[in-house]
Amino acid sequence: MVNVKNISKVFGGIQPIWLFVIAITVFFSFMSEYFLTTGNFMNILVQTSTIGLIALGMTYVMINGNIDLSVGAILALSAALAVDLQSYGLPVALFAAISAGILLGALNGLIVWKTGVNSFIVTLGAMIGIRGLVFIYTKEQSFYASDFAFSDFGISTIASIPTLGVIFLVCCLIMHLVLTKTGHGRNTFAVGGNREAAADAGIRVGRHMLINFMIVGFFAALAGITLATQMGAATPNLGRDYELWTITAVVLGGTKLAGGFGSITGTLGGVLAIGILRNGMNLMQVPAFYVLVILGAILIAVLIIDQKVNRKSGQEVNV
Amino acid sequence: MTAPATNNNQRSVDASIKPVLRLEGITKRFPGVVALNNVSFDVRAGEVHALLGENGAGKSTLMKCLAGKHQAEEGSIVLEGQKVSFSDPMEAKQHGIVLIHQELSLVSDLTVAENIFLGSLPLKWPNRVDWKKLRSDTDKILSRLQCTFRADDLVGDLSIAKKQMVEIARALVFTPKIVVFDEPTASLTDHEKPVLFNVINSLREHGVGIVYISHRMDEIFALSQRITVLRDGEYNGTVDTAQTNEDEVTKLMIGRSLELDHSSKPTEFKENVLEVRNLSVEGVFKDISFNVRNGEIVGMYGLVGAGRSEIAETIFGLRRPSAGEILLEGESVTVKSPHDAVARGIALVPESRKEQGLVLGLNCRDNITLSTLGSVSSLGVMSPKKELEIYEKYQRELKIKTPGWAQKVGNLSGGNQQKIVIGKWLTTHPKLLILDEPTRGIDVGSKAEIHALIKDLAKSGYAVLVISSEMPEVLGVSNRVIAMYSGQITAEFNADTVTEDELVQAITGQHKPASGTPLHAAGV
Repeated sequence: MVNVKNISKVFGGIQPIWLFVIAITVFFSFMSEYFLTTGNFMNILVQTSTIGLIALGMTYVMINGNIDLSVGAILALSAALAVDLQSYGLPVALFAAISAGILLGALNGLIVWKTGVNSFIVTLGAMIGIRGLVFIYTKEQSFYASDFAFSDFGISTIASIPTLGVIFLVCCLIMHLVLTKTGHGRNTFAVGGNREAAADAGIRVGRHMLINFMIVGFFAALAGITLATQMGAATPNLGRDYELWTITAVVLGGTKLAGGFGSITGTLGGVLAIGILRNGMNLMQVPAFYVLVILGAILIAVLIIDQKVNRKSGQEVNV
Repeated sequence: MTAPATNNNQRSVDASIKPVLRLEGITKRFPGVVALNNVSFDVRAGEVHALLGENGAGKSTLMKCLAGKHQAEEGSIVLEGQKVSFSDPMEAKQHGIVLIHQELSLVSDLTVAENIFLGSLPLKWPNRVDWKKLRSDTDKILSRLQCTFRADDLVGDLSIAKKQMVEIARALVFTPKIVVFDEPTASLTDHEKPVLFNVINSLREHGVGIVYISHRMDEIFALSQRITVLRDGEYNGTVDTAQTNEDEVTKLMIGRSLELDHSSKPTEFKENVLEVRNLSVEGVFKDISFNVRNGEIVGMYGLVGAGRSEIAETIFGLRRPSAGEILLEGESVTVKSPHDAVARGIALVPESRKEQGLVLGLNCRDNITLSTLGSVSSLGVMSPKKELEIYEKYQRELKIKTPGWAQKVGNLSGGNQQKIVIGKWLTTHPKLLILDEPTRGIDVGSKAEIHALIKDLAKSGYAVLVISSEMPEVLGVSNRVIAMYSGQITAEFNADTVTEDELVQAITGQHKPASGTPLHAAGV
C-alpha cells in the first residue's frame, strides 16, 4: 500500500478530506465539461447548504460526545411552521420555526443531561416522535408558501452568489470561531475527550451539552426554513434520512464518533465532498441508485484510510 | 531454587515433581515502559503458587502473557516439557491454561449452563443444541463445585460470588492444568470466601496447578505452598510459605529501590488547612481523623484497598460521608461536587492520570488551562495571549518538557503528563493539594523530579496530602506518615524517625496502637 502517512506529511496541515475534495474536483473536471463552471459550483453550494447547516451543529454535538438523530424531523416541523404560519406574517412564522428547533433541541439536551440516557436513544425517540407531530400538524398535507417574498428569498443572490450559500458560509465562519476561540468551544472538546476529567476539573458538563443540543436544534430549524424557501413549500416527509447524511458528512470531515476531536473546516470539507460526488456523478449520468452504492463505499474507504493515518501518527514523543 | 518439601497444614508438596509450567526469562515492553524484565516463574501440579507485588509490579501482565492475551517479546513458556506459544486466549485454554479475571466475563442474559458451555455447546444432528446433555454436563460440574444454584438460573440474577463460581465452572470444561486467579476475593464478602477457598483446594487436590494473585497476606498464607514476589517488573524471589512470615514477604514486595532523600523537606508549618474528624463512609473506611497544615506534606501509606483513595474522593466531593466532618481552615464544610471542591480550594491529582486527569486529545496548553478558562476569557472569548502566558509560567516552573504547547498530551511521557495535571490544578490557586499515587507508572528519574516538585510546592505554602503505596516515596517526601489498614488509621509517625518495620507492621494490621498523643497534637 502507498504510505498514507507520507502523503499527508507532504501536504502538511491539510485535512485528508480536503485532499479528497481536490482529487474528486480534478477527476470530475476531466469527466464532464459542465462540471468546472461557476454556475455549477453555485449549484453545489446551494444544494449542500441544507445538510451543511445541520452539520455545523452536529459537529458540536458529536465533538461533545453525543449525537442527534432528530434533526431531520425537526427540519420538517420547522419548515411546516415557517410555511403554514405565514398568514400571521413572515416574522411570526420564522420566529415560531426557529423557536421550535431550539426548544426541541433543549428538550433533547435536558433529557440526556438529567437522566444520563444515551443521546442515541433519546434522539432516536425524538426523531420518531417529532416526525409524528409533523404528520399530526400537517394532516399529511403539503403547505405552499403564501408570501412570495419567502420563495423569492430562496433564489435571490448577493453579489451574484446565492443568498443561501452566503448564509451557509457565514455560519461556517461563526461556528468555526466559536469552536476555536471561546471557552464553550474548548470545553466542548474537553467534555467529549474525557468527561470524567472535565467534570473533575470543575467544568459544568451538563450545561455545555444542553447548549450544543440547542445549537443543533437551531441549525436544523434554519435548514428547514432555507429548504422550504427553495421549494416554496413544505412537505411532511421533508428531511427524511437527513440525519444520516449529516452524520456522514461530519464523520467524513474527521470528527470522531466517540467525541473529543473534530473541526468545522473538516465538516465543510465533508459536506462539499458529498455534494461534489453527487453533482459530478449526476453530470456523468450515473444512475441514482449506483450513486448511493458508490457514496456508501467511499464513506467506508475514507474512514479506513483515516484510521490508518491516525494509528501511525500516534507514537510517543520522548523529549 | 526448589527448596525441600515442607509440610504446610498437611498439604505437602513433593519437590521432586517437575513443574507443569515454566515461564523463562519473560520480557514485555509497552511504549515507554518495560513492564516485565526477564521474569521467570514456575507452577507444579497440585500446588497453589501465590504471585505477589505492588500495583504495576507486573503480575497481571505476566499472567496475560501466559494466557495468550499479550505476547512476550523475549522468553519462553514451557508446558509439560514442551515449548508453547499462544496467539490468543482460546489457544491457551485449549492447552489447559485458564485465567479467571478480576472483572468477570459472563453473559448475564444467558443461563448458567449456556454460560459454562459458551462457544462449545453440545450439539446433536443436524445442528441443534443438545439441551439434555448440556444440563446433565452442567449438573456434573456444579455438583463437583458444590454449587447451590442450578443450570437453568439466569447468570444476571446471581450474586458476584456465584458468578465467580460460574466462571470457575467454565474453566473446568477444558480439564485445566493451570488455573490463574487474579484477585479473586476483591469483591467477595467474608462468608463467601471460604466457598472459593474450598474450590481452590479441591482443584489442587485434583492435580491442577493454581496461580493465586492477591494483596491479602492472610489469604496467601492460608492457601499457598510457595510465594513469588515481583517488583517493578522484575523477579524478586520465591519463598516457601511454611518457612516465611508476613514481614519478610512484605519487605520483599516493597523493598527499597530508591535511596531515601530526606533532604530539602519543608520545615515551617502554620495553621490547619484541612482537618478531618471521625470521617466514615459505610463499608469503606471508618473513624478517620487527621490534619494537614500550611507548608506541610502528610503521607498516607497503606496497601491497595486500605481505603486511601476513597478518603481523598470523599474530601473532593465524589463520595458522601456517612459520619464525621471535614474542616477547611477551621470551618466545617460539606463538599457537594468536584466543582464545589475546586471553588473551595481543593485540588485532587487522581490516581489514574489518563482516565481522570487529562483530556488526551487536547494539547498541553489546553489541558493546563482546563480549570481556569473563565479567568482567561472575556464574554466567553478566550485570550490566546493570556492562555499562553499561563501555560508558559507553569511550563517553566514545573519544568515540563514538551516540543511546544501544541503537543497533544497523549504523546508525552508519564512524568510530563503528571506535571501537566499538577500544573492544571495550580492554576486554580488551591490551598490543599491531594496527590494520589503521584509517581505511578513513571520512570525513576522523573520520580525524583516529581518528589522535588512536591517539596517545593509545600515550601511555597500549599498544604499537601500524598497518598502512596511506595515506602521510599512516603518516607522521602512527607513530614508525617499516616498508616492505614483495611479502612482504618492504625498509626501516625514522624517520617524522619520511623523505622521500616514499624511501618510494615502498621499497614499489615499487626501494629498495636501505642498509647500517647498523636504527633500533630504534640507539636512535632
